[in-house]
Amino acid sequence: MPPSLILVVLLALTAFAYYLGRVRAVAVAGGPRQISRLHSRPTYYGAFTALWCVLPALLVYSLWLAFEPTLVTHLVVAALPSDLGDLPKDQLTLVVNNIRNLVQGNIVSGEVNASLQAAAEHYRSLQATTHAALGVVTIGLACGGLALGWSRISPALRARNQVEIVARVFLVASSSLAIFTTIGIVLSVLFESIRFFRIVPVSDFLFGLSWSPQMAIRADQVGSSGAFGAVPLFAGTLLISGIAMLVAVPIGLMSAIYLSEYAGKRFRSVAKPLLEILAGIPTVVYGFFAALIVAPWVRQAGVAAGLDVASESALAAGLVMGIMIIPFVSSLSDDVINAVPQAMRDGSYALGATQAETIRRVVIPAALPGIVGGILLAVSRAIGETMIVVMAAGLSANLTANPLQAVTTVTVQIVTLLVGDQEFDSPKTLAAFALGLVLFVVTLILNVIALHVVRRYREQYE
Amino acid sequence: MSDGIGGAFRARASSPPRRTIDVVNATLARRHAAERRFRLYGLAAIITGLAFLALLFVSTVAKGYGAFQQVYVAIDVFFDPEVLAPDGKRDPDTLNAADYGAIIKRALKAQFPDVQARQELRQLSALVSTGAAFDLRDRVRGEPSVIGTTERVWLPADDEVDTLLKGGADRNAPEAERSLADRQLAWVDRWSAEGRLEKRFNTRFFTGGDSGEPELAGIWGAVVGSFYMLLVTLLLSFPLGVAAAVYLEEFAPKNRWTDVIEVNINNLAAVPSIVFGLLGLAVFINFFGLPRSAPLVGGLVLTLMTLPTIIIASRAALQSVPPSIREAALGIGASQMQMVAHHVLPLALPGMLTGAIIGMARALGETAPLLMIGMVAFIVDIPRQITDPATALPVQIYLWADRPERAFAERTAAAILVLLLFLIVMNALAVILRKRFERRW
Repeated sequence: MPPSLILVVLLALTAFAYYLGRVRAVAVAGGPRQISRLHSRPTYYGAFTALWCVLPALLVYSLWLAFEPTLVTHLVVAALPSDLGDLPKDQLTLVVNNIRNLVQGNIVSGEVNASLQAAAEHYRSLQATTHAALGVVTIGLACGGLALGWSRISPALRARNQVEIVARVFLVASSSLAIFTTIGIVLSVLFESIRFFRIVPVSDFLFGLSWSPQMAIRADQVGSSGAFGAVPLFAGTLLISGIAMLVAVPIGLMSAIYLSEYAGKRFRSVAKPLLEILAGIPTVVYGFFAALIVAPWVRQAGVAAGLDVASESALAAGLVMGIMIIPFVSSLSDDVINAVPQAMRDGSYALGATQAETIRRVVIPAALPGIVGGILLAVSRAIGETMIVVMAAGLSANLTANPLQAVTTVTVQIVTLLVGDQEFDSPKTLAAFALGLVLFVVTLILNVIALHVVRRYREQYE
Repeated sequence: MSDGIGGAFRARASSPPRRTIDVVNATLARRHAAERRFRLYGLAAIITGLAFLALLFVSTVAKGYGAFQQVYVAIDVFFDPEVLAPDGKRDPDTLNAADYGAIIKRALKAQFPDVQARQELRQLSALVSTGAAFDLRDRVRGEPSVIGTTERVWLPADDEVDTLLKGGADRNAPEAERSLADRQLAWVDRWSAEGRLEKRFNTRFFTGGDSGEPELAGIWGAVVGSFYMLLVTLLLSFPLGVAAAVYLEEFAPKNRWTDVIEVNINNLAAVPSIVFGLLGLAVFINFFGLPRSAPLVGGLVLTLMTLPTIIIASRAALQSVPPSIREAALGIGASQMQMVAHHVLPLALPGMLTGAIIGMARALGETAPLLMIGMVAFIVDIPRQITDPATALPVQIYLWADRPERAFAERTAAAILVLLLFLIVMNALAVILRKRFERRW
């Protein structure tokens, strides 16, 4: 029985359990007119029975499926003929992968011999057995739970309280998921990074000036010793983000000022959503725009001005990233400017200041912490942005401050290192996780500071 | 500006007694000019932003609309029974395995009898798409009685011909720099003089999977992959997000733990998407052994990414339900859970759905984390379940943008238009939902 079918049967049983529980509750109470004798409303008895039916069964089902592949693989490996079973560990993994592919009917690397075929057959039969067992156990448990829940129904049973406890546990678990996600991110990035730092010292990684992650596959290969100095990547990231901020901050801030201080209601209601469309466009679209439209244009303009412009210049990527970030800066600043109390403006007008003077000398200074917080959030966004730079920035790790040259960024390198073949024992793959760790820590610090600043600022004027 | 109010005060302090009003009057024109300038900067900033938006849309449409049409060439094909069914049998297996490419080559040879040299012949048959053979196969399988007859069939032209006819290639460039040789240009010109070339609606683009040949490549596989992924994301992230929001808003005691959760959620919303990809690779693929390139894993990663968005939107929706509703429910004896489930949730649901749709729209456009979990493979088949290898629409755009053929640039832009259309529809849905059900208390 395939697992998906078991799940369907389980759900059907649950619905049935709900019905049975309800009917029984009414019967126990002594007919529909006597419902008031029950502690809870009949639906709660239905839900009570359904939960007894589904929860234990679902728990076993998911645990079983989580551990089944490991168990089956273990059994298959143990039963492999000695010529395959005694292989070293990494080759054994390859064999196991091949067997799995055979089972799933995928393309297999290397030739398929009889013992591999037999192992796949063994795997398949074991899987069939465990699935059958899973079906029996799950549905048995579901029926047992149903019977237990059903038999416990009595007018005195506090069904609502029990159902509500389960619901509450679900709510708490859902809200803790955010914590688990963060822990998951930290652990997954940290573990691989630690493995990386065992091979490459932290100081070499953080302060090294040369980056060429190609490792020699054979010992006699030339020119690919692997250098993991990430400074050129950090510099490239900062260069592109800097260009982006140079575009986004003036445009975003001035738009926010105009929208909140000058624009009429109608203009604002049209221009603000239009501007925010820029934030809703997928980054891959910006990447396409940068690579196929802006980059050639920047290059042509540069050549016309007699400058040497790389075809994947930092300028093109930074410009487009800046466009993407405009709405972040503008809507955050807009909120902040709107939160400045009107009394402060009125005071300034009363002294005879013009509107522009009021904005520049009163409103902006008052809103500055919030604006800075918004800009920090935008910087963190720019540093973590991936698709624009993957598509429009280069791959070569140049340590330069010239925006007309090609530079590479942290995110570009993560993508190039992890797309394609991965070996989780080579520093090349692990380096991506170390870069991810740096990225996560830096953006986290920026976010914490920015959110803190914005929050403090809001409290100030509330 | 420096001579504005400050200047006026300084002027008063200086020795010859001057009235403030004189100073003000003297600088007023300049101050007003500064005011106008400042205002103009603001307007210019907005116009620049909007101009970028317009440029983005216009250039994408200009580049992409051509891909909705494909050049077809009419060829008089003789369905030779010798080639198609040499032993006289016309069962599906024989017809599937027959050499349709040879039939096209013969038809081309018959049309241009003076083409004899091998290289020339190869150039000639390169003008017709390699996918034309599949079209012929479908034609014969659909109607085996055409075997033995000659019929004028419209077959897809090669992408180079397609680009040329759409004006994307420069025919005056020196031959070495062109992808079509002089000879090939002459043949194409003859076809077009004979009325054998026609632009038709490019159905393949909407129904096909990926392909190495631009004229055969379609987005359907990617659309299906994206659909499965969003399905997984929606089914997981909406209930979980709503539950989390309900707990934090309605039940959670104000203590350190809930504070930590809150800060956490706000931070997660700002974590770069690529980091979620790393998480997916390390946890879902390496630790739990889920299949690479599967929409299931993509959906799980996107769930974790969209959860903060949905939680934040759902909390805002819950906050907008007035306390009097809660008090009334509690007052007539509802439990806290009943109060939430029966009264607060239904009132907050439209706001939550709006948030969910916006979260889904964002998830639909997300690319970077999918690259990490191997959804960048070249996949021709349309995925049939959530564990099949698949790509997603934005990933397909990324893949196509990298290909060197000019015709792919056109198709990339067209795929972007489709993606933007989906996003516009989703966002419009969210706006309508908000307008229709929003209640001001």
